[in-house]
Amino acid sequence: MSHKIKMPQRDPQIRKKDFKQVNIGYTKEEMLLEAKRCLQCKTPMCVKGCSVEINIPGFIKCLLEDKPKAAIEVLNQKTSLPAVCGRVCPQENQCEKNCVLEIKNESIAIGNLERYAADVTANDKDENVCIKKNNVKIAVIGSGPAGLTCGGGLLKQGYDVTVFESLHNTGGVLRYGIPEFRLPKEVLDIELNKLKNLGMKFVLNTLIGRTKTVQDLFEEGFKAIFIAVGAGLPIFPNLPGENLNHIYCANEFLVRVNLMRSYDFPNYDTPVYKGKNVVVVGGGNTAMDSARTAIRLGAESVKLIYRRSESEMPARLEERIHAKEEGIEFVILTKPIKFIGDEKGFVKAVECVKVELTEPDKSGRRNPKALGGSNYILETDMVILALGLNPNPILTSLTRALKTDAKGHVLCDETYMTSLAGVFAGGDIVGGTTVISAMGMGKQAAKNIIHYLTK
Amino acid sequence: MYKILKKEEIGNNVYSMEIYAPEIAKNAKAGQFIIFRIEDKGERVPLTVAGIDVDKGSVRIIFQVVGKSTLQLSLLAQGDVIKDFVGPLGHPTEIKKYGVFVAVAGGVGAAEVLPVVKELKKVGNKIVTIIGARSKDLIILEEELKEVSDELLFATNDGTYGLKGFVTDVLKNVIVKEKVDVVYAIGPIPMMKAVSDLTKGKSIKTIVSLNPIMLDGTGMCGACRVTVDNKTRFACVDGPEFDGHSIAWKELSLRLGLYKNLEKVSLDIFSYNMECKCHTK
Repeated sequence: MSHKIKMPQRDPQIRKKDFKQVNIGYTKEEMLLEAKRCLQCKTPMCVKGCSVEINIPGFIKCLLEDKPKAAIEVLNQKTSLPAVCGRVCPQENQCEKNCVLEIKNESIAIGNLERYAADVTANDKDENVCIKKNNVKIAVIGSGPAGLTCGGGLLKQGYDVTVFESLHNTGGVLRYGIPEFRLPKEVLDIELNKLKNLGMKFVLNTLIGRTKTVQDLFEEGFKAIFIAVGAGLPIFPNLPGENLNHIYCANEFLVRVNLMRSYDFPNYDTPVYKGKNVVVVGGGNTAMDSARTAIRLGAESVKLIYRRSESEMPARLEERIHAKEEGIEFVILTKPIKFIGDEKGFVKAVECVKVELTEPDKSGRRNPKALGGSNYILETDMVILALGLNPNPILTSLTRALKTDAKGHVLCDETYMTSLAGVFAGGDIVGGTTVISAMGMGKQAAKNIIHYLTK
Repeated sequence: MYKILKKEEIGNNVYSMEIYAPEIAKNAKAGQFIIFRIEDKGERVPLTVAGIDVDKGSVRIIFQVVGKSTLQLSLLAQGDVIKDFVGPLGHPTEIKKYGVFVAVAGGVGAAEVLPVVKELKKVGNKIVTIIGARSKDLIILEEELKEVSDELLFATNDGTYGLKGFVTDVLKNVIVKEKVDVVYAIGPIPMMKAVSDLTKGKSIKTIVSLNPIMLDGTGMCGACRVTVDNKTRFACVDGPEFDGHSIAWKELSLRLGLYKNLEKVSLDIFSYNMECKCHTK
């Protein structure tokens, strides 16, 4: 059996000095070789692993016939963001995990093929776009992956979709969170423009809850509302010294660099500190993105502290490999207990402690336990905390009768409808954690919104 | 795009602008803030709402030129537009009858205190407003504040207007004279701290309105975190008003200086590019 075709990448020593894309993408020859490996299963297990139920063998077959246009049409039936998904979906835990060839560790590189189909057709004009409009207005709150997927699904069924965004640009976490070297803004803009061409309207600088309320939207004639406001409030570790200068939460660091383009300061107005010896705390994709961004801003060393072992890191394997190739040092089984500052209030060191993992608890997770007397000091001039986020409280606290759980996640029934009739929710605000889970919820919610409006 | 309906220089390097933003005007309340961004390369800058005109659909902002963005904004004229204007952000001031309400403002803080006392006056509070400035020519909005205050008092460092000294000196006199129910302070951190220190000893409820460094202003980034009662809070969603007696002032003050050097670089480059170079070699 032929082997999986590897995604070609740029040399780590070169790529760590700029923000250009790490993965180059398949050539046509590579695409054909990979597509040929697909067994075209009669009962494709891969589709069962896909949150948005893409006809995977279908689009791969088109690619194999070297018909990328036909392939993208198959993809477009189920997703509005193929170029994004092909890049940032954790396929290894989704479709590719279910591929029958995975038994031999040689699953089809579905994500790479999806990306190929999207990239080579990126500049094609959308033909045959002839949707019968039904003039039913739907409001989507938040222009991140959940909102765009839900809105895109409804748009393709003829609904009049308006997306409200609180920031000055669209895309949510795809723009402010995921760095350029993983998802170029240009690629994101192409997908957003396709949605605009299909008729999706975007209203920026509008914080629903404050600028106007959910009730106002109903009064403006929207028949259903999808809340996809994403995560908010970053989690801080509650340790001494966590508010010292040059201790960033990952969201702030990434928003500055990605959304405000502070890597290009002073050409752009928003500054960011460029640390020399950077310590990143956390083991998720956001931690990897932060560490790799710090190295691109010129850090001499970047240490990533994680309290469990590497196999327990939530970050994708590919991101971990890329990070290590670029010189990020993983300091595992270690946690910070204190941040130490200089007389001017700037961080100068992190006090850490070594930990060991306990036997698995009821949930099966092994918990870190500090080892007495293992404390040591790591010198640093910048710390980035990537410890996760709590749901954004603004809209939920300002929308009467919208029920949430104790943590602030919006409560939904099995159709993603909230405690308010006609108001649905999805993505991080209901407890999702990844781009693809957000998209899956958006997709399901769109179906249920149509059902709700037509029943 | 958001149009500048009116622009006025109301003090030395202090400008008042009315921005056309009808949706914000409809929902904004005293004590809240907005974030503006002038153009694509611009930064997001928070400013407290200084006034609202629902009929005109405008939001009033008042700012002092201190950095690149405020300088750039001050150079725009009536009829020009800015790229982004979002709000209202943060919790509004709680408007109710407190009794004797003393509002203390330093410098351009006078602009921020104006809508707050205006609303509080309407519900029957006795308003004593204390304005502090380095000297007389830096005092703004005297007439407008007079209209909404039962008493309007001044302190200047050089004694050119009102009492020679600090706002706290005036506040001390007020507290001696009558029973104060609430003190509200807005302005530079040393001033808010001094006011809070003074009232703490006398157990007078004190509200301060904070203006830490912000980025998105919607509770996403954590830049504006401040320690209140030994807990990390976010000024943009939990504030901007907090109990003045519970703030870790030193930390807040250090955090405000975070980008001082870079902010100066930005301002210097902008100022340099503004200069006419036709006659230089």
